Amino acid sequence: MPGGEAELAGQPPALRRQAGLSPGRLYLRSIAAIIWKDMRAELRSREMLASMLVFALLVILIFNFALQLNVRERTTITAGVLWVTFAFAGTLGLNRSLAVEYDRGCLDGLLLTPVDRSAIYFGKAIGNLIFMLVVEAVVLPVYSLLYNQNLFHPGLFAAILLGSIGYSAVGTLLSSMAVQTRTRDVLLPILLFPLAIPILLAAVKASSGLLQGLDMAEIWPAINLMIAYDVIFTSLAFMFFENIVEE
Amino acid sequence: MISAAQLTKRFGNKIVLRNLDLQIEAGEFVAMLGPNGAGKSTLLRILASLSSPTFGRLEIAGCRLPHQAAAVRRRLGVVLHQPLLYGDLSAAENLQFFGRMYALPALDQSVAAALELVGLAARRDDLVRTFSRGMQQRLSIARAILHDPDVLLLDEPYTGLDQDAADILDGLLRRVAATGRTILMTSHDLIRIAGLATRFDVLSRGRIAASARREDPSARDLLGFYREALQHGR
Repeated sequence: MPGGEAELAGQPPALRRQAGLSPGRLYLRSIAAIIWKDMRAELRSREMLASMLVFALLVILIFNFALQLNVRERTTITAGVLWVTFAFAGTLGLNRSLAVEYDRGCLDGLLLTPVDRSAIYFGKAIGNLIFMLVVEAVVLPVYSLLYNQNLFHPGLFAAILLGSIGYSAVGTLLSSMAVQTRTRDVLLPILLFPLAIPILLAAVKASSGLLQGLDMAEIWPAINLMIAYDVIFTSLAFMFFENIVEE
Repeated sequence: MISAAQLTKRFGNKIVLRNLDLQIEAGEFVAMLGPNGAGKSTLLRILASLSSPTFGRLEIAGCRLPHQAAAVRRRLGVVLHQPLLYGDLSAAENLQFFGRMYALPALDQSVAAALELVGLAARRDDLVRTFSRGMQQRLSIARAILHDPDVLLLDEPYTGLDQDAADILDGLLRRVAATGRTILMTSHDLIRIAGLATRFDVLSRGRIAASARREDPSARDLLGFYREALQHGR
């Protein structure tokens, strides 16, 4: 038992054991623990990533056959096709990520731990973001091959990152609401898509502008909108997640 | 250790707990008995800080709920109907995860000791989804006591266990009780609980209808006490 400080002598063992760690470090360690748990479980089961990847690849394949486009047209629709794919695949992952917690009562297990509720939110949201980024990292080269278009543009990666952060932030918050209902599979997209319209539109606009080589002055408003959206929804989740997950 | 006064819980128009008063001293092993729908699980969820009372005052280990919920949670170990474990993680990984959430130092030793206590050391690296219900329940108790809590809340821990698994759980609960922890357990299994608890409370219609301290009563005595309490509570 570390510490053994006199002022902790009368405290229960659970408190004495935690002495010495600052609240900030406890908070970050809790977030890291949730991410570690989600990654570990997913590496074993591969349920969520596999379904997200298969779905995403099917979507871009269907678009490839459905839209017989010339090179010029491809450049203009690429951002739209990519973000539709990311959004649909992301929704699959968001649903699954929270359903795993809810179905076996594991959400109660998380809520019984002495960590701040927002740490649980950030752990889940960052986990969901990582899964989305993995899917995007696979989809981008496949899309490049299928559509014969170079997508390796640092600006595009930044736009995808900003868009994915916002989508995961709002999606994790809403899926923690939807998962408590009987119609969660249907409810999440119905709640999520209207709220995600600003981030999706901004992400499409920024990605499209970057791929078409537009002047940065035309792209910045969309990037600023994404940054503002990310900050607003992350702050909202920080404030309200506790009310959503507790009875 | 646990003090509840005028505890009331409503779900819409339905009153599940009515001005319930409860005092449990440190080290007591209290069995909370009652028919289905009496409010046992709701009471446990409120004590576990998973649900808030509509009215009433609640203190656990000197900390007020819901204001000092985090401090209360550090002192609580909770076993619910569901095992609260991740099927795609091994037994050890599950405990390591919860240990990290409690920021426990020397985690590997704590995990090994908890697995040893519940008799699952040999299965530490097996995935929890391959475990029987009884093994999951034992691991669930290991999870609940991993952070060395003062108070253990158990909601129907015998549900779904076969005879052998229930016997193993009996022995485990005796060992946990011998460490001096305060235990509150709900159960319908009067035969098993008669040999474990030292105090028996009967919850009926959202109130404690009767409470008695008895050392090792026979199941028959306990059944008589239980039926009388329910009659009185009506």
